[in-house]
Amino acid sequence: MTLLGQFSLWLALFAALWGAGVVFLGSWKARPELTESITRSTYGVAAALAVAAICLWKGLFAHDFNIEYVAQYTSRNLPMSYVFAAFWAGQKGSLLFWATILSLFGATAQTVTSKRHEGLLPYVAAITNLVVAFFVLTMLFSANPFERLPFTPEDGRGLNPQLQNPGMTIHPPMLYLGYISITIPFAFAVASLLSRRLDTGWIHAMRKWTILSWLFLSAGITLGMWWAYVELGWGGYWAWDPVENASLLPWLTMTAFLHSVMIQEKRGMLKRWNVGLVVASFLLSIFGTFITRSGVIASVHSFTQSNVGYFFLGFLLLAAILSFTLLYVRWPLLEPEARLESMASREAAFLFNNLALVGIAFSVLWGTLFPIISEAVRGTKITVGPPFFNRVNIPLGLFLVALTGIGPLIAWRKASAQNLRRQFIAPVITGVVVLAGLLAVGIWNGWALIAWALAGFVAGTVVQEFWRGVRARRRMHGESALAALTHLVSRNRRRYGGYIVHVGVITYIIAFAGNAFKVTREVTLATGESVELRSPFGHTYRLTHMGVSQYPQLNRFVSAASLDVRKDGRPDGRITSEKRQHVDSFNRNTFEPSTEVAIRSTLQEDLYVVYAGSVNGTDRATYAITINPLVMWVWIGAAILITGGLITMWPGGMAVQSRRRSDIQAGYEAPLVGAGPVS
Amino acid sequence: MKPGTRFLLGAGVVIAGVAGLIITGVKETGVFFLTPTQLVERTRSDPSFHDVGLKVGAKVVPGSVRRDQGTRTIAFSVSDGTSEFPVTYTGLVPDTFTDASNIEVIVEGKYGRDGVFHATEVLAKCGSRYEAEIKKSGKAA
Repeated sequence: MTLLGQFSLWLALFAALWGAGVVFLGSWKARPELTESITRSTYGVAAALAVAAICLWKGLFAHDFNIEYVAQYTSRNLPMSYVFAAFWAGQKGSLLFWATILSLFGATAQTVTSKRHEGLLPYVAAITNLVVAFFVLTMLFSANPFERLPFTPEDGRGLNPQLQNPGMTIHPPMLYLGYISITIPFAFAVASLLSRRLDTGWIHAMRKWTILSWLFLSAGITLGMWWAYVELGWGGYWAWDPVENASLLPWLTMTAFLHSVMIQEKRGMLKRWNVGLVVASFLLSIFGTFITRSGVIASVHSFTQSNVGYFFLGFLLLAAILSFTLLYVRWPLLEPEARLESMASREAAFLFNNLALVGIAFSVLWGTLFPIISEAVRGTKITVGPPFFNRVNIPLGLFLVALTGIGPLIAWRKASAQNLRRQFIAPVITGVVVLAGLLAVGIWNGWALIAWALAGFVAGTVVQEFWRGVRARRRMHGESALAALTHLVSRNRRRYGGYIVHVGVITYIIAFAGNAFKVTREVTLATGESVELRSPFGHTYRLTHMGVSQYPQLNRFVSAASLDVRKDGRPDGRITSEKRQHVDSFNRNTFEPSTEVAIRSTLQEDLYVVYAGSVNGTDRATYAITINPLVMWVWIGAAILITGGLITMWPGGMAVQSRRRSDIQAGYEAPLVGAGPVS
Repeated sequence: MKPGTRFLLGAGVVIAGVAGLIITGVKETGVFFLTPTQLVERTRSDPSFHDVGLKVGAKVVPGSVRRDQGTRTIAFSVSDGTSEFPVTYTGLVPDTFTDASNIEVIVEGKYGRDGVFHATEVLAKCGSRYEAEIKKSGKAA
């Protein structure tokens, strides 16, 4: 079976190189059968890798511990769902996962892209094939998932208990899907440069992929935050760890890209910038994988060190050099079709939005790489942590929040004073009212105040837009409010979906500001002893230690410590945190003991309890207790954001009227599609 | 002034602001990350370094861990093969800090004049031991 797997990898490599080779050796343009062959090569690559993936899963489920990867990440007593998920638990499997999914996306891009853009497709195939080829090469020559051991262990090592959590099962694939799907917009961008089809065709062709990748990244990052919160037990969800930062970087550039692309569609500006952004996003997705996989930065997150890192570094450099050289060569063909006409315009707002996002990305990159840079330049390693990142990113982030309110409402080209007044009076008043309200309630923390006031401002803009839209529809069509709302959103999915995404974003911001009001306590209690905590919302929690019970369960041995909870004097049940020791099928300890955090969530705050252990020989248990305000709003924000994103992508709805084209600029071929089929 | 120029000025202000934040951020929040040997050398040549908060990455000396659950303190020694010194910490250590023989830690704190590192934070990770384990169980099989 590993033989079949290996063979499939080689087959995929050859099919990929064949497809790319035909494109770059030129003579395919005159021969349609070769064009067909290029498309078929992507199908061949996808099929071969699917076979390889099935071989690895077969090995996992059959507990074939002679395969090193299977022995490393599974054990006989591992629940089946985790055996399935072990596919991407380690480096080698995730490389195969990446290659397989990318090949599937590449094949899909060939099939679903509208006929209008078929001139781009062979080049797109070449690029996706080449990236797949890189991953397959890395597997074949450095990190082969089908490698066999010279002996067969009795049992595998099992999956790290911290990964045995539903969130951790979805988080890596979701994040990988985000990274992988950036390759498609990148391929379209390079295809447009190579083929000299420099109108906005490539932007329309890859629009849905861009949003899809952004959604996957958003979901993946949030799942990572959720996992860190419920599993790692330090009481927070974001530590500015290098691996976390690596996932944030492409998200930031993709967010910038999503916005600046609208400027190119509407005004023909920023063509070079957009190409640069999508290339940067792709490079950052590879870079993110490089950081995670090579352990090059001292991080407690970092995985094994091997020479896979060199493969990634080499690929990164090659891709960067080739892409930017291509951009340089095509530079004269990417002249902007319009210029900025006023600082009070949507174009300017979007430009500042991009500046802020790229600024945040740069500072995150700088802070993450600083240990390496400082060591190379000055000989001693200097690290920066959350204080640095918060210091730089909070002001920039709040600037972005303000723009989130300004951008959608301000006019294109040049906003008049009258336009500004009409659009912004109500939202500004909303923001001021929120600010006054918070001050009245006694909140004086500067950053939190600004964050919440700006969130109020943005909420005001969104409500105003929906209100005006619904009111206009009711006047024109006499519909009920609900029907008007539904039709409004359905006919303008991009616009109103975008507003919903913005509501999701400010929900996140509202939640993040809650971190300023965290309450923590470490305490050791004997049975019957209690501790009292007061939350920022004014609730009093009285927690009484009830004792520790110990018992075996599934593939582990559990010590469970319970606290009786009284909230504001009223009984509120019990909260139990555990220490788990995982064992293999011979009852030997595997991995170090892990802790299960206990969380009691409400919309206002989370009661977060970690059992840290007992004092030997006594009934005294040590707890780390945290009150985390507003955490639930992070997850709610994610749901809102993803819903909004899906709405913007949803096929159907009306195309933006073509008559708008003449308002904006002449000589523009591609119609502005509201939400057509992938085109 | 043309709008394009005005924008460039505005952009310049933003970029200068970001650069300023980054530079001052690094200067004020940057933390040295040294090995035990580097730390010992540095404090020997510059005694004021005893008052600087920094991070040290090292291996825990096996068998040196002493825990006191009642007062939630822990004491252990770290080494990089050449230099060694004791560390004390009050607080809860992560689960990854077990009594195994190859724990790697990153401790943040100050290296006191008493030769003891007073840590304010402890992060731990298990050294990669997979190959050794598999070989061991392989021989048993």
